[in-house]
Amino acid sequence: MHKIVSAEFLASNIKKFEIEAPKIAFKRKAGQFVILRLKEGGERIPLTIADSNHGKGTITIIVQGIGKTTMELISLKTGDLIQDVVGPLGKPSHIKKFGTAVSIGGGVGTAIAYPTAVALKEAGNETISIIGGRTKEFVILEDEMKKVCDEVYPATDDGSYGYHGFVTQKLKDLIDSGKKIDFVLAIGPIPMMKAVAEVTRPYGIQTVVSLNPVMVDGTGMCGGCRATVDNKTVFVCVDGPEFDAHKVDFETLARRNKTYGVFEKEALDHYCNIDKEFQKGLNRNNPAFAG
Amino acid sequence: MEKLSNKERMKIPRQVMPEQDSLVRSRNFEEVNLGFTEELAVLEAERCIQCPKPTCVAGCPVGVKIGEFIQLVSERKFVEAAAKIKEDNMLPAICGRVCPQEEQCEVKCVVGKKNEPVAIGRLERFVADYEREKFGLRKPELKTKTGKKVAIVGSGPAGLSCAADLIQMGHDVTVFEALHELGGVLVYGIPQFRLPKEIVKTEIDVLKELGVEFKPNSVIGFTDTLDELLKNGYDAAFIAVGAGLPYFLNIEGENLNGVYSSNEFLTRVNLMKAYKFPDYDTPVFNVKDKNVAVFGGGNTAMDAVRTSKRLGAKNAFIIYRRSEIEMPARKEEVHHAKQEGIEFILLSNPTKFSGTKGGWLKGVELQKMELGEPDASGRRRPVPVKGSEYTIDIDMAVIAIGNGSNPIIQKTTPDLQFNKWGNILVNEETMETSKNGVFAGGDIVTGGATVILAMGAGRKAAKAIDEYLN
Repeated sequence: MHKIVSAEFLASNIKKFEIEAPKIAFKRKAGQFVILRLKEGGERIPLTIADSNHGKGTITIIVQGIGKTTMELISLKTGDLIQDVVGPLGKPSHIKKFGTAVSIGGGVGTAIAYPTAVALKEAGNETISIIGGRTKEFVILEDEMKKVCDEVYPATDDGSYGYHGFVTQKLKDLIDSGKKIDFVLAIGPIPMMKAVAEVTRPYGIQTVVSLNPVMVDGTGMCGGCRATVDNKTVFVCVDGPEFDAHKVDFETLARRNKTYGVFEKEALDHYCNIDKEFQKGLNRNNPAFAG
Repeated sequence: MEKLSNKERMKIPRQVMPEQDSLVRSRNFEEVNLGFTEELAVLEAERCIQCPKPTCVAGCPVGVKIGEFIQLVSERKFVEAAAKIKEDNMLPAICGRVCPQEEQCEVKCVVGKKNEPVAIGRLERFVADYEREKFGLRKPELKTKTGKKVAIVGSGPAGLSCAADLIQMGHDVTVFEALHELGGVLVYGIPQFRLPKEIVKTEIDVLKELGVEFKPNSVIGFTDTLDELLKNGYDAAFIAVGAGLPYFLNIEGENLNGVYSSNEFLTRVNLMKAYKFPDYDTPVFNVKDKNVAVFGGGNTAMDAVRTSKRLGAKNAFIIYRRSEIEMPARKEEVHHAKQEGIEFILLSNPTKFSGTKGGWLKGVELQKMELGEPDASGRRRPVPVKGSEYTIDIDMAVIAIGNGSNPIIQKTTPDLQFNKWGNILVNEETMETSKNGVFAGGDIVTGGATVILAMGAGRKAAKAIDEYLN
């Protein structure tokens, strides 16, 4: 059992948790992930470690509530317990002094890009970050990014904050302004990562993305997370999660991620119904609702 | 009871173990075999002629005193019989179910030369179940504590049997398991209908009571490296991580939606209980009224195809490139599969998968094969028949053609020696590796094999570790 030491919403459906996991906190490197299982009967979900605190023995994860398990997770509060946390898994980010490194995060992807941005800074790079969101609310970790980046550009699709447009347009603007960029890390929704890859490809800028396939064990045992990179099959959990963006087959990744679409909806409905029943039960026992 | 002559014993037919009706069981996950009753067990035990030189024992990888325990069964001393087996095999309820007795002890049975062999596996299963159900498992005696600590990596059959021996020898034992559940392949791989998980849990509970410490959610190599374990208080280590890196066919269309490795398919169903979705959160492809093809001819292929039938598949096929004789699966499993309506497409090799526009699996192209000269495994090599390609419609595919070696230990333990397939190199007598104080056994050494061979390796290693520590 792992205790949630702190929990706070960063946006209406994005929550940041600090979870007790001393060993993982001590060992984790940028780019690595954990697998969580909330309770008995729960599914195993991979989440990138956003940060850690050796003193407190905690890891930080930032989650967007989308499916049943992530919705259930963001309903948890400080003091609640998580059944299983295993890690750190996957290969750490490949960090070196590239020169100028741009970290791009889309929505909750910023949380995954953040630890690598920290490591890029520590390795002596000039660091720039472009952090995007649909609206201002979904631009997260701006203050944290400012601490480790020489330049930070928020961007929103609706122009409610920062640059009005997609992160890819901001990246293109930077490149066109004559800024010499040596390395790009892009993490976010699949269409965004694919678009970044297409922006940097003509310039030959080394670009890395972190993939988010469906996983079960996270140790190479099941092969469910396989993706196509450079026309070869890779297991994202042990061969990744970071890969050369110019070689990733994003269509296959997006398609495979839809394998359980129907189930995800059913699970969410099932969960919401139980939740409604639970609420009804609570209301019945509440004198204020007594008919 | 009067003593029977050998002639009379030989006249008793091999007793049939009751099993669930095939039509009923192909729709549930309850155990297929129901086990002997006391009467059937005693009758079967009386078939044993108590050879002075029992050849059956030589066929057992761990040397269970077969004649002696069967004698005790015939005297209705079932608990004593269980104790006799446990002198050599700590997990009889498991082995009685999943050992390939027909190629090990029973194939060597003298009675079997003229008649059918004594049903050693079924008797083993009976006494183990009898003891557990009537009395709960009894704890063996422990030797005085030695103060030495051993780390075991992996809680599958090799790890559990090694832990059982070492704790009895007086050492402190910690078993590290990568998954959240203990038991390795016994829980994620072998289905409930062949090995109920409650049995595995009981066996593990006994080890816990004996003082074995279990640490789930520990991926050695990541959570701790092997070197860190040895630096931080462990005097020796036994690596029993299993094979754990599924092979794929490397043909077109293998990443279409609906194509699984057997490991993933079985893990979703067995470990994560996807057959109980949505009460359990993990889903698996909905095969109801669909066509499922499982590629391979081993026990895992049989487990996968029978599982898909239980999940409601309309047609469930085994597709295998050789003929039935060459199938590595146990005869009993093949027989059960056929009873349950599994169709066998033999001498056929998949050449490519085809999909819908949306990327879902739609069909597989098969090429007919014929058998040529024997290959390195001694089985006749399948040779493709040119121009024989044909396509069948399938909605889900499971690839069950074996496992390579998981790379995590190899990548994080630079001074450990491996062969070119990633298997750890060991001294086969002692299971010692190239690294001081580190032993290894089970599938990570042999490549995919059986539960009992892994257990045998665990016991050999325990003996060698005990000698190393003293």
